[in-house]
Amino acid sequence: MARRTPLYGAHRKLGARMVDFAGWEMPVQYSSVVAEHQAVRTGAGLFDVSHMGEIEFVGPGALDSANRLISNDLARCSDGQAAYAGLLNDRGGFVDDVVAYRFSPERIFICVNASNREKDYRWMTERAQGVKPLNRSDDYAQLALQGPNAAKILQRMTATELSTLGTYRFTERKVAGIHCIISRTGYTGEDGFELYCSPDEAEKLWFALLEEGEGEGVTPAGLGARDSLRTEMKYALYGNDIDDDHTPLEAALSWIVKMEKGEFVGREALQRQKAEGVRRKLVGFEVAESGIPRHGYPILSRGQKVGEVTSGTMGPSVKKAIGMGYVPSQLAAEGSAFQVEIRNRPVLATVVKTPFWKRR
Amino acid sequence: MAEYPDDLKYTKEHEWARAESKSVVIGVTFYAQESLGDVVYVELPKVGSTVTAGTPFGAIESTKAVSELFAPISGKVVKVNDQLVNSPETVNQEPYQAGWLIEVEPSDPRQLDQLLDATAYQELIKQSN
Repeated sequence: MARRTPLYGAHRKLGARMVDFAGWEMPVQYSSVVAEHQAVRTGAGLFDVSHMGEIEFVGPGALDSANRLISNDLARCSDGQAAYAGLLNDRGGFVDDVVAYRFSPERIFICVNASNREKDYRWMTERAQGVKPLNRSDDYAQLALQGPNAAKILQRMTATELSTLGTYRFTERKVAGIHCIISRTGYTGEDGFELYCSPDEAEKLWFALLEEGEGEGVTPAGLGARDSLRTEMKYALYGNDIDDDHTPLEAALSWIVKMEKGEFVGREALQRQKAEGVRRKLVGFEVAESGIPRHGYPILSRGQKVGEVTSGTMGPSVKKAIGMGYVPSQLAAEGSAFQVEIRNRPVLATVVKTPFWKRR
Repeated sequence: MAEYPDDLKYTKEHEWARAESKSVVIGVTFYAQESLGDVVYVELPKVGSTVTAGTPFGAIESTKAVSELFAPISGKVVKVNDQLVNSPETVNQEPYQAGWLIEVEPSDPRQLDQLLDATAYQELIKQSN
């Protein structure tokens, strides 16, 4: 049976359409995917992302232990700073993509994908040297308030001065009287916050945010809008765009790999791949003619299949059919052309600069 | 507007057909557009091409997924709703009016009798829910 977040009742009350996502019964939309997408771009949207997992490393040596498992470098972060990172296997492929929060060198908190909660925890337990991970996934609910009005709304509900909280910075404070980790992060390309709180208080926080933000057009937003928003930013979705067989270098995420920081799982494989040359790359492309590229559609060049679409949508903000996919490196430069096969018809696609959407 | 007008015929794949004097107008039902969610692209055949009852004649894409469109009746396509190129959301807003898809000159108008009426179609939806 599908698992439910502590906000299941709230979604039902709001008339959400529920779908199965990675074994979770989640809201895909409340009113309309496009309307929710636009609300996030122009006002604010509230997402339930409580299905995501949380894994902590606590105690002396926590930072070193966690840092050896991820590709980014927590030693270069300050306390109160988070980093997007790859959790890699020995071949350099993604076990998962995560956000690692450095509370202090003795407390590292890692947010992982819902589909990988158990896998990541097992992997980290197996490979951790020194401090072992704790699976805290059931101890946290997570709400994401995203959009240009997010800060204005949240500021009225907390004593923390949000203007001093930079991107990828976080703090622990009360929001509407509820203890939260307030993190200036998100998956939409807009300014916004992710709030971690106790599952018991999630519904209270959810409705407090909706009520407070009513004047600023806050709307509950589902997984449908979350997907179109992140696709317009070319943010990777685990299982679609990245997986165990694709490395950060191939996924155009070399910025989350800090080779010089010292040993970490996957480093040798990445060094090898760097030396041998990266053969395929994840690119963003636009489709010139009609039709929408979808996950799994073949990418063709000179009549041969050379890759596959990993994500695609009709971007509600960019107003174009856009997609992502792996292509041979020689086809990865901006302006390169290839075909995407849409319903047995090859359609011209051109590599464009990403993100597709730029915040105004 | 009734969600399932009595003067239409329906397919199990959630298309509707409306008989006019010489032709049959085809679209998707209220239920279809609602399950699809926001329609963002509609792929339709060209005027002059033929469609065959029970087989796909195009595709409809929402933000979430692609669905094939099945012809309720065989015949020659005489009109295509070009408005949907720029305003595919019309399918959501007015599935039985401005959101129609194609108009067909039927090769055998009696095929219409084999389709579901509004009552039978609503029964079908009830069962699939």
